[in-house]
Amino acid sequence: MNFKFALFFGLTVGMAASAFADKAVEAPGGKYAKDAEQMFRTSFKAENPKYWMTRLEQDETMKACQQYRDNPPRKVGEKLEKLNAATIRYPVEGKLIGDWKEGEKLAAVGTGGHIGFIQPDPAGKLRGGNCYACHELAKKEIAYGTIGPSLRNFGKIRGNTEENIKYVYDKIYNSNSFTACTNMPRFGLHSWLTPEQITHIVAFLIDPESPVNKD
Amino acid sequence: MIRRLMKTLVGAAILAAFAGSVAAQDSKVADELAKYREALADGNPADLFEVKGEGLWLEKRGPKNASLEQCDLGQGPGKLEGAYAALPKYFKDTNKVMDVESRLVHCMVTLQGFTQAEVTKQWYSKPGKDSDIEALVTFVGAKSNGMKINVPATHPEEAKMAKMGEYIFYRRSGPQDFSCSICHGQDGKRIRLQDLGNLTTKAGAGEAMRTWPSYRVSQGTVWTMQRRLIDCMRQARWPEPNYLADSIIALETYLQKTATGTVMETPGIKR
Repeated sequence: MNFKFALFFGLTVGMAASAFADKAVEAPGGKYAKDAEQMFRTSFKAENPKYWMTRLEQDETMKACQQYRDNPPRKVGEKLEKLNAATIRYPVEGKLIGDWKEGEKLAAVGTGGHIGFIQPDPAGKLRGGNCYACHELAKKEIAYGTIGPSLRNFGKIRGNTEENIKYVYDKIYNSNSFTACTNMPRFGLHSWLTPEQITHIVAFLIDPESPVNKD
Repeated sequence: MIRRLMKTLVGAAILAAFAGSVAAQDSKVADELAKYREALADGNPADLFEVKGEGLWLEKRGPKNASLEQCDLGQGPGKLEGAYAALPKYFKDTNKVMDVESRLVHCMVTLQGFTQAEVTKQWYSKPGKDSDIEALVTFVGAKSNGMKINVPATHPEEAKMAKMGEYIFYRRSGPQDFSCSICHGQDGKRIRLQDLGNLTTKAGAGEAMRTWPSYRVSQGTVWTMQRRLIDCMRQARWPEPNYLADSIIALETYLQKTATGTVMETPGIKR
């Protein structure tokens, strides 16, 4: 009798806890999510060219990340990671580590890709990786952000093995291959950076001669 | 005004000096930035916008040759105290949730007889062309100083707007996979050297919302919250929203609701 009661009590608490967990991850917008999507889509100036408006499309990853507030259950996360890993493409020559000096330039560039009518970037403006917005890299650059982890001495600490070089390339190409819903953009997937540009940033991170690894 | 300008220049000099000191530690960086902000705050050029805004509020203008003194910003006609702090709000006469800017535009259209297009043409300043709306918002914002932000969003339409704002806050899209939450969903982060508020908390949202409108040193003018959020979308590499769009008002409602209880101190001053 006591055992049965304990079992019943345990189950009830368990169910209540899982109900609470479900509530804790209510999708943003709740019951108004559909209305909100409709409202958002119709909030943009009619003068925006169609090809700009395509930037509002969400792929499966974006939708799921929004739904789970960037913290998806592991099962969903694993599925997204597989999906994203399958998108990775490599440079034609197959070399994944390029010129760290080119990578250093790209890491510092935060402009490019701004649209609209108020302060758009001029057409053809270099798009960079904007790495310093979120990461510490070379010691001499103190204006770094902290949204991502510090990558100072990354190559020195992690080594310049082939495996690590491929990991860094893949991470920059499609960050969601490793951590679904990370804050980091998917630079290769969106063709924000070319495969060649990514190899230069890989070099900036890993090459022993790069200022990232030289104090 | 010249004294204020001098102080702004001193602030800029402090920033330049700081930018030159390469070996600074994180804490030192924060200290120097705090000093820079302090120097800026002492003599905010936005005070001039406030004075101009008061003039625009009282002046008889438009085809109807009327002032804005009978404008109802949610506390009754002509009642300005605490009005900004309680916006956005549901208005029965328009059957809409409106923010300070959409409501001011509404008053300029209904009371003064301007067309919406005339009033919103210059919704933000361009070099040599000042915006009346920036001045009016600065004037109205200052009338809430010392008061608590009060947007509980209890009316069903307000509650809906707040939820829709939350939806947009987490919505990821564009060539950088951005959402508002990417930069503004965690405590204690920076982008480059700029501190990022966690807008999902009362303290973080409060720190942001209670100081707008703000003078932007880098832009040389006051930015309203509409301007601020429309620029966030530019930074996200999205297309440009309409001025006064519902999605912007929804974000404002979500943020003001989160910031409710924090004390207004405007106009702010930012980098």
